[in-house]
Amino acid sequence: MSGRVLVGVKRVIDYAVKIRVKPDNTGVVTDGVKHSMNPFCEIAVEEAVKLKEKKLIKEVVAVSCGPQQSQETIRTALAMGADRGIHVDVSGKDYENLGPLQVSKILAALAKQEDAQLILLGKQAIDDDCNQTGQMTAALLDWPQGTFASEVSLEGDKINLVREIDGGLEHIKINTPAVITADLRLNTPRYATLPNIMKAKKKKIVTVKPADLGVDVTSRLEVLKVEEPPQRQAGRV
Amino acid sequence: MAQLIALFLCRCRPPDVVVFPRCVEEVSALAKVCHKHRLPIIPFGTGTGLEGGVGAMKGGVCFSLRNMEQVLDLHPEDFDVTVEPGVTRKTLNAYLRDTGLWFPIDPGADASLCGMAATSASGTNAVRYGTMRENVINLEVVLADGSVVHTAGKGRRPRKTSAGYNLTNLFVGSEGTLGIITKTTLRLYGIPEAMVSAVCSFPSVQAAVDSTVQTLQAGVPIARIEFLDDVMIDACNRFSSLSYPVTPTLFLEFHGSEQSLEEQVKTAEDITQSNGGSDFQWARDTETRNRLWKARHDAWYAALALRPGCKAYSTDVCVPLSRLPQIIVETKEDLIENRLTGPIAGHVGDGNFHCLMVVDPNDPEEMHRVHLFTERLARRALAMDGTCTGEHGVGLGKRALLCEEMGPVGIQVMQSLKDALDPNNLMNPGKILQREEP
Repeated sequence: MSGRVLVGVKRVIDYAVKIRVKPDNTGVVTDGVKHSMNPFCEIAVEEAVKLKEKKLIKEVVAVSCGPQQSQETIRTALAMGADRGIHVDVSGKDYENLGPLQVSKILAALAKQEDAQLILLGKQAIDDDCNQTGQMTAALLDWPQGTFASEVSLEGDKINLVREIDGGLEHIKINTPAVITADLRLNTPRYATLPNIMKAKKKKIVTVKPADLGVDVTSRLEVLKVEEPPQRQAGRV
Repeated sequence: MAQLIALFLCRCRPPDVVVFPRCVEEVSALAKVCHKHRLPIIPFGTGTGLEGGVGAMKGGVCFSLRNMEQVLDLHPEDFDVTVEPGVTRKTLNAYLRDTGLWFPIDPGADASLCGMAATSASGTNAVRYGTMRENVINLEVVLADGSVVHTAGKGRRPRKTSAGYNLTNLFVGSEGTLGIITKTTLRLYGIPEAMVSAVCSFPSVQAAVDSTVQTLQAGVPIARIEFLDDVMIDACNRFSSLSYPVTPTLFLEFHGSEQSLEEQVKTAEDITQSNGGSDFQWARDTETRNRLWKARHDAWYAALALRPGCKAYSTDVCVPLSRLPQIIVETKEDLIENRLTGPIAGHVGDGNFHCLMVVDPNDPEEMHRVHLFTERLARRALAMDGTCTGEHGVGLGKRALLCEEMGPVGIQVMQSLKDALDPNNLMNPGKILQREEP
């Protein structure tokens, strides 16, 4: 087993920002708006780093798909303890249309290239709320998946997982290699401290293009319109 | 009767009008209107102050600044950031989390940072990081006549200066009586690499305070030392289903690199044990530390739970460290003698403690006893070279005590400054200074 874990980290609009729809209804305003790592991705990174600290895995590789600024998100993962980063460069229209299917193809290709033992992702991104990338990646690789994980423990070449589901908590055991998606209660992510941010600047980030991985990022979806939700009406008692 | 009772019974003193300016230009224009028509001006951040600061005693216009909520000008390399009044301390720290920086001052509420500047707020880690007084570099203030002043010069943020009068610290703690704070430039700190928390029980208040003093004298840069008396610990045990020994207790927290933590904790533990303290109950990782501190954070609710249906009022005196055992012992005797419920929690590293007075608001006799108690407590602190308010401010209820604390000349100087900046007494009238009504 390579002992290598791939962690996907997505750059999204910061959770504290008030979202505004663009006047032309083609999307939301992103220019000049604060972005940060998707909170569920933070939890995934934390879990990977914890596994490495317990010496259960050997290397944490942070991956992000997007424009140049995605490297900032990878740097945050490096500051939290990831060892190196891979930036898959997708920009312009391709980036606007980038969705779970293309990302999962990219992750599957990288998993093979990097001989990954485990892929850790957030359960969903807070901008699109798709909750699909983990599941699609597992399907493409024909790997088992443990989604909505609130507890993860490695046992030899298997993983014991507790999943948060509607009915309560589900305990499963899956083989490795596997895909795990992190839910809220899996852990409390650490802050990136200044000394670690400084150290992270020396860690390597490699940039690749989807074509280098044999992935076509053409989207099969077209966004027709983006609107605000209807205004809340006053209640009546 | 008593100002305290007035505070309880006239809880809500609403203004006549509330305005929601969106920028300093609007604040200035509105202030000019108020100035022209002699309308009182009440600045409002989050309304979480504890001394009646936002009560509009003479009506007037409340300036709610919550729509000015931008984090401006972050300079991570210089460790400073400028924020508007709508930004609270938790919002700022969430914003900063990727930079490795934080703003450590943490009063109980998630308060507006400009409001914290206005009340010279402090938190549980003042012993290491200081209070607002030490951490505000510059302010943008709108004065009573609408003019806008930058207390350290516009946009300036040197780490230190000796340029002219210290206007910045004139406005810090002025509780809205000298101007409306519309921007504050704050000093930031690096997020600690690691934190360790510990709980230690002591046979006496003296032992707990002695340990505190000795730890500070040993040069341990301790981040938090919180004191809970036996009544408070008992309340916490009941409320949070814990089983700490029911004796004076210290909650400690250490910040630093892994290596420095080892040293800090060893030194502190040696000291506490030499004072009869119990073994440390430890916590390293975030989840366990949070559980440990939850007891302390829930103190307010634990106190309230002692007497359901009652309300609570927090006292806030601060004395030199060496006088702390005496004042706490005398205060506890006073509480028992007067049949009052007042569990004690304190930032013992600063000599500051709070009695959480749990009182039935419908019992005027008890309210009166509480009021007299708080006055005795404040005077006890003043007699020990201390202050009647360590962090909550003067507001409405402590104006008379401020006169005793400062003396007539001190008060006269304060009044002269007030008269110079606000001759018509429009800025938050009735707070800090008592004015003889003509």
